[in-house]
Amino acid sequence: MGHHIGFDIAHLLAGSMLVLSFVLLHQDRITAVLNIFALQAIVLSLAVAWQAVLQDAPHLLVTAGIALTAKGIVIPAALHRIVRRLGIHREIEEVIGAGPTMLTGLGLVVLSILLVMPAGRNVSILVREDLAFALAVILLGLLMMITRRNAVTQIIGFMSLENGLVLAATGAKGMPLVVEFSVAFSILIAFIVFGVFVFRIRERFDTVDVGALDRFRGERGEQG
Amino acid sequence: MIDPVSALLLIPAVAAIVLALLPGYRVSAFLNVVASGLTFAAGVWLLFYPRYRSEILIVDDFNGYLVALTTFVAFTTSIFSASYIGHELSSGRLTPKFMRFYHALYQAMIGSMNVALLANNVGLLWVGVEVATLSTVMMVGIYRTPAAIEAAWKYCILGSVGIALAFFGTILVYLVAQEVLGEGMPALAWDRMVQNADKFDPKLLSLAFVFLLVGYGTKAGLAPFHAWLPDAHAEGPTPISAVLSGLLLNVALYALLRFKMILAATPGTIDAGLVLVALGLASLLFAAFMLYRRRDIKRLFAYSSIEHMGIVTFAFGMGGPLANFAGLLHMTMHSLTKSAIFFAVGHVAQVKGTQRIADIKGLSSSHPVLAVGLALGVIAIVGVPPFGLFTSEFMLVSSSFARQPLLAVVLVFGLIVAFGALMWRLQGVMFGEAEGPAARAKATYVPLFLHILLVLVAGLWLPEPVVRWFQAVAAQLG
Repeated sequence: MGHHIGFDIAHLLAGSMLVLSFVLLHQDRITAVLNIFALQAIVLSLAVAWQAVLQDAPHLLVTAGIALTAKGIVIPAALHRIVRRLGIHREIEEVIGAGPTMLTGLGLVVLSILLVMPAGRNVSILVREDLAFALAVILLGLLMMITRRNAVTQIIGFMSLENGLVLAATGAKGMPLVVEFSVAFSILIAFIVFGVFVFRIRERFDTVDVGALDRFRGERGEQG
Repeated sequence: MIDPVSALLLIPAVAAIVLALLPGYRVSAFLNVVASGLTFAAGVWLLFYPRYRSEILIVDDFNGYLVALTTFVAFTTSIFSASYIGHELSSGRLTPKFMRFYHALYQAMIGSMNVALLANNVGLLWVGVEVATLSTVMMVGIYRTPAAIEAAWKYCILGSVGIALAFFGTILVYLVAQEVLGEGMPALAWDRMVQNADKFDPKLLSLAFVFLLVGYGTKAGLAPFHAWLPDAHAEGPTPISAVLSGLLLNVALYALLRFKMILAATPGTIDAGLVLVALGLASLLFAAFMLYRRRDIKRLFAYSSIEHMGIVTFAFGMGGPLANFAGLLHMTMHSLTKSAIFFAVGHVAQVKGTQRIADIKGLSSSHPVLAVGLALGVIAIVGVPPFGLFTSEFMLVSSSFARQPLLAVVLVFGLIVAFGALMWRLQGVMFGEAEGPAARAKATYVPLFLHILLVLVAGLWLPEPVVRWFQAVAAQLG
């Protein structure tokens, strides 16, 4: 029976990440988005730590630690600073309204369950369910990137997507540490790159709204 | 103990660190050429080196030839880059401050492409493609104009999403493999996967391929995931356009083909070949029609790259010895020709001071040498004999007529549409009253004409060892 409680806790944590993805989709203030992203990263680190216990794989604790410090604390704090400095803690412009976004999100969850559950006859049910959760988090992150025009929220969407990736990678039993390390590393690099870009965009346009860039499109003005 | 594999990985890595520390443009441009030349030498050495495998790295016929091609084009582009960037600095479009890490990033890109090509571990393959993408993102934004920043931002976002999806696909592949191969490193080794693919779970592997297709397909610039490609080519410095088109697209497609080989060996999976045929034809047709509406000369040739990646993807999708041979040849010829075209276009844009096609006129009277180079490049790329692209397109068309006449008709239609667009544009650029500045280009034409000469020679006569080499790879691709 102890084994089943282990499964349940893993599901609870993965499910909480999915719920937080929905909350992220629904938020319309940048500071709230940052806080919820930090919460999701903390839940992720708990989920990864629990996988370390379940799989008896202590190296996963390193991954959990990286998720907690980098994505739970450092990056949200840095983004808070950027947001304050740029003075953009107002509302987020959405391309699509909240209602249709939530419905699309639900559709994506159904889709990921339908895709993952029937596949893999030999993979254990725990792994498959974890994978379905992870895929749903990934797709919701993608949806968030599509529906938000603001550069900072797009970054958050991307990092939320990577949270799903880490969940999937740690759920796959015995996936070598090299790869996990590379994931953590890539998040760091991606963040630096993104950060540089946000500053440059701010420098040039006095806005971080990605939509404002459209008018500089190479050909749009000339087509006539 | 020195061997070509470690040389191919270490030379760019060391060069990247040294160049990152060196200030000053002249010295670092020279060192960049030297380091790229040494890497090319290692790439040639690799061709004569016995095959090799470990859990991490692999050398077989397929990547051996691609490493040689990649390091060669990277070497010639570094020569072009030195003269191009020198001109940009003297004309004030770039300042040394913006250039600070350019050469270090260039070496990082070459090194990471070598990592991707030589990787046996599919996780390492992913890391290589990822680092190559990130380093080119930084270089695309180097002009810091609004358009350049937008292009870099778009490339960064779309590239990152593509990379993330490819990583999810890699996790799924690992899950499939670890049932058969056991946990840990062996379950990420590509050659072990192919050997044991008949025992893999087809459903989960098919799902993995969908993610890998979208992920690496984005990087390979296949329609409909190509949105980043024209912007990145048009707004970045021209040497980067040349390596993006000539090399990075190939590397992404190479990654996809490695996974296709696993799928092909597993019974009951989705037909990867069919998916590639559909995506290839869609890219070809879409890009061919888009060519007509382009106003920017670099953007024009960026769409032409989408078209040619479509042709190559179609060829590998068809499969079989002849179509695979045509695909490999076309990939090689396209790399050489397209980078040559970008070498020419880079100098044209510099002497004319614009990238707008409408403002570039009468090149044949104002800059005859450059005009001959560009014209030969365009004539080669549209597939006119006797250039190498004619050979590969002819082989592809004839083999598909024999097997799938309807698809072949679509293929030929796309080729003709693209031919019309490029010849029409070329005529406008070449002839007419020369406008704008007529200053001589202070440039080296050696890389440009060297590439065109190679494409011409390949069209007239392919050496026997090269043919045998391609045949072996075509057989390996299945």
